[in-house]
Amino acid sequence: MKSITRKATRHVNQNEGLIFEKSSPGKAAWKLTPLDVPEVDTAKLLGKQERKDLGHMPEVSEIEIIRHFTRLSTWNYAIDLGMYPLGSCTMKYNPRVNEFVARVEGLANSHPYQAEKISQGALQIMKTLSDCLLEITGMDAITLQPAAGAQGEMTGLLMVRAYHESKGNARKKILIPDSAHGTNPATAASVGYAVENLKSNDRGMVDVAALAAQMNEDVAALMVTNPNTLGVFEQEIHKIADLMHEKGGLLYMDGANMNALVGKTRPGDFGVDVMHLNLHKTFSTPHGGGGPGSGPVAIKKILEPFLPTPVVVTKSDGTLGFEYNRPQSVGRVRAFYGNFGMFIRALAYIFANGPDGLRQTTEDAVLNANYIRKGLEGTYDLPYDTPSMHEVVFSDKLQSKKGVKTMDLAKRLIDYGFHPYTTAFPLIVPGALMIEPTESEPLEELDLFIEAMKSIADEVEEDPQFVLDAPHNTRISRLDETAAARKPVLRWKPEHQVG
Amino acid sequence: MRYLPKSPADRAAMLKAIGTRSVDDLFSPIPAEYRLTRDLAVPRQMAESEIVDWFKQRAKENGEGYTSFLGAGAYAHYRPVVIDALVQRGEFLTSYTPYQAEFAQGTLQAIFEFQTMISELTGMDLANASMYDGSTAAAEAVMMAVRVTGRHSAVIARNLHPEYREVLHTYATHQAIPQKLVGYTSTGQIDIKELEKSVSDDTACILIQSPNFFGTIEDVESVAQIAHKHGALLIVSIAEAVSLGIVEPPRQADIVAMEAQSFGVPVGFGGPYCGVLATKEKFVRQMPGRLAGQTVDRNGKRGFVLTLATREQHIRREKATSNICTNQALVALMVNIFMTVYGKVGLRELAKQNMAKAAYAADQFVQHAKVLFGTAPRFNEFVLETNEDPYAINSRLLGHKIVGGLPLKKFYPELGDAALWCCTELTTRSMIDTAVGLVAEGQPSVRSMKETEEQEVAR
Repeated sequence: MKSITRKATRHVNQNEGLIFEKSSPGKAAWKLTPLDVPEVDTAKLLGKQERKDLGHMPEVSEIEIIRHFTRLSTWNYAIDLGMYPLGSCTMKYNPRVNEFVARVEGLANSHPYQAEKISQGALQIMKTLSDCLLEITGMDAITLQPAAGAQGEMTGLLMVRAYHESKGNARKKILIPDSAHGTNPATAASVGYAVENLKSNDRGMVDVAALAAQMNEDVAALMVTNPNTLGVFEQEIHKIADLMHEKGGLLYMDGANMNALVGKTRPGDFGVDVMHLNLHKTFSTPHGGGGPGSGPVAIKKILEPFLPTPVVVTKSDGTLGFEYNRPQSVGRVRAFYGNFGMFIRALAYIFANGPDGLRQTTEDAVLNANYIRKGLEGTYDLPYDTPSMHEVVFSDKLQSKKGVKTMDLAKRLIDYGFHPYTTAFPLIVPGALMIEPTESEPLEELDLFIEAMKSIADEVEEDPQFVLDAPHNTRISRLDETAAARKPVLRWKPEHQVG
Repeated sequence: MRYLPKSPADRAAMLKAIGTRSVDDLFSPIPAEYRLTRDLAVPRQMAESEIVDWFKQRAKENGEGYTSFLGAGAYAHYRPVVIDALVQRGEFLTSYTPYQAEFAQGTLQAIFEFQTMISELTGMDLANASMYDGSTAAAEAVMMAVRVTGRHSAVIARNLHPEYREVLHTYATHQAIPQKLVGYTSTGQIDIKELEKSVSDDTACILIQSPNFFGTIEDVESVAQIAHKHGALLIVSIAEAVSLGIVEPPRQADIVAMEAQSFGVPVGFGGPYCGVLATKEKFVRQMPGRLAGQTVDRNGKRGFVLTLATREQHIRREKATSNICTNQALVALMVNIFMTVYGKVGLRELAKQNMAKAAYAADQFVQHAKVLFGTAPRFNEFVLETNEDPYAINSRLLGHKIVGGLPLKKFYPELGDAALWCCTELTTRSMIDTAVGLVAEGQPSVRSMKETEEQEVAR
């Protein structure tokens, strides 16, 4: 309890019901312009297809809407309020100029099917971002179409499959280290590959000997995250790439942790054939409570024929355009061209940084993680003492002796005014505390975090039950998730209809 | 670098605390031969004002100030200013997926309200927290139908958005889901006779769009009867969400796969948008994507959590219902606010205005060109067949800062010189009249009249 008020304190917080509970007939927040064409008889035009009633849609005024959503917003934690140390999520500052330029008329209002002649601005943004991302990754070609990281993975593996098929054998499986994010195996399954697990060695890295034993002509690719989910750089990455390539396999890199590498090393240089980026992690586009993301896929030349359509090309007259005629393409993964609004934001971020800023960003991200590691070493168990890059993974081994698990520690951290770290993985660390501070944290915030974590460790020794009951300072205490899943209530219904 | 909150002294102090001489030592795990020893060749660091100028310049090259008659899955509706005022609150903009429910009740309650409103509007029992977009939602719906029925093939309407069909094709190929396409009749609606012949005992689902790609409204009830008679599911894709204000929702469907962009999301050159799946209660455990559910805390107080996570990749890994992780939360919030602003009455009035504008435009165009599929009910789009190549028409319109309809021959070669035109509440009568006049200029009857006038003037 001692230092809890240094970062956070209790504060009056507004209550707010569901919007439907504020609704009453006759209230309105809208006003249409007078109709300048003749009205139509919708009953006549639509016949039995005419809708008579919109059910329980709300009727409220504008001020109620503003208050409703503003009140709800105050119940959220956010990067704008403080450190958000979710491992592998890269919760960095989301620059406001990104939001501003994404809303410039002409970009925000442009239609995906307007003629290329009047789409040169949008195409130039896509081209410039593509060029920057290729330089950053050291790859040869790129598609911006995938809507998020998981769809990027799918797109990458579709290209892997198409490549092998073009060689006469699609192959059967994808190797995935046991430290991987859950989307990796789910994606491999979705493109029809079997998943084979690859054990990590005692340093938390891919076991190269095991890989050599498991690698054969049935393996289409290895999906590796680098740095991996322990925040550890795969030091033998080139040996891994060679092993794959010798047997005709490809090396896929999950770029979720690219924030540790930008400007310091390039995946294309260390043997990666295909990788996705998460613009909502490394390139500062906002997470927005769970999306939208954007998951460009960068590839080596050998995979270029298989890119999704369309591809941005420079035409003979020097203008930019979309190329659709690509017979070996894996097809389309999304309508139109991808999450264009995110391309604008990511490019604005790259412009704001420049080469020096991007490098400094990476250095600060790694510096911050190592500072936290140093500060908490001894207080929390460090299952792998391999050097950390941008994130550090502790375990709850010491605290679980008192019956306190990583999720309990995380919930107590909320009382101290911090968002919890990641608790769900890597699966190879039981009771993981996966901490990624990003470059956006000042020294003062890092010190407050370390102090909070140490204080919680003390509380576990003194009064474990108090930690088990956390959070104590939020609007609501721990929620009954079992009941939520057993008898799901997934929508509001008026009271007389409940049951 | 202005985003980085550290002084050189801070960095030095931190290195000292870590016990490292230089920051480069922290990168020693990267083998030396792969460490980058040069600057990245990206543009130099820019001032904020330079960034703004650069993007404003690109906007000028991007049809800024043009009037558009394009729809086809991306619709220009008015966006009430409260949407951006609210979604730019940092607590929404800069928060993560609400896995830590106690610290994310705002996002969770908003999702719960979103799910409720989508359910109400689509006539389904429940809806998820969003998907990437309408195209991937349709593809995921087909895969869901395969899981629900244990069958393997899908029957797809040819008047489903062509790019949705392409995305579905990409997804379905490696899931071994054969797809059979069914054509349309002279009403623009799906060919019911052909459909009947295409459905078999292995059909997992029929997927149609309504209003379909040509803007006409399908007879969902008849299609549903065929699907259900054969034990297949009916999936209805909705690309123009505003239609739900005046068109009866597809209540007979088993899954609605929707694109909610029309509800307050910028057209934005195609994304980010907001897909949604809605379905019957009995299918919920086969539905992909995040779901917010209501529950209580230890003191019995109402609260919301992400629920039924056992369907998802972070728990099930390769056995998950989908690999989807990120959804479109912030865009779904825009949709949510839009639905709240217009509500029960406004959405209906808005939809009526859309219908009136399109009806007026079609009535004007029909004097100079042919409106195809005219006998079936439609919402805010119509197909116009001209004697002149629609690309030539559009070139002429561009000279007047007007973007004409979408030429259809790329997707439907059999339709020849036809284009898909769209009007929304933002399309003014004078815009329509101007466009009609410019289209008419290329039609033989008008051309000869004009020539006669000119000759008379010359005389």
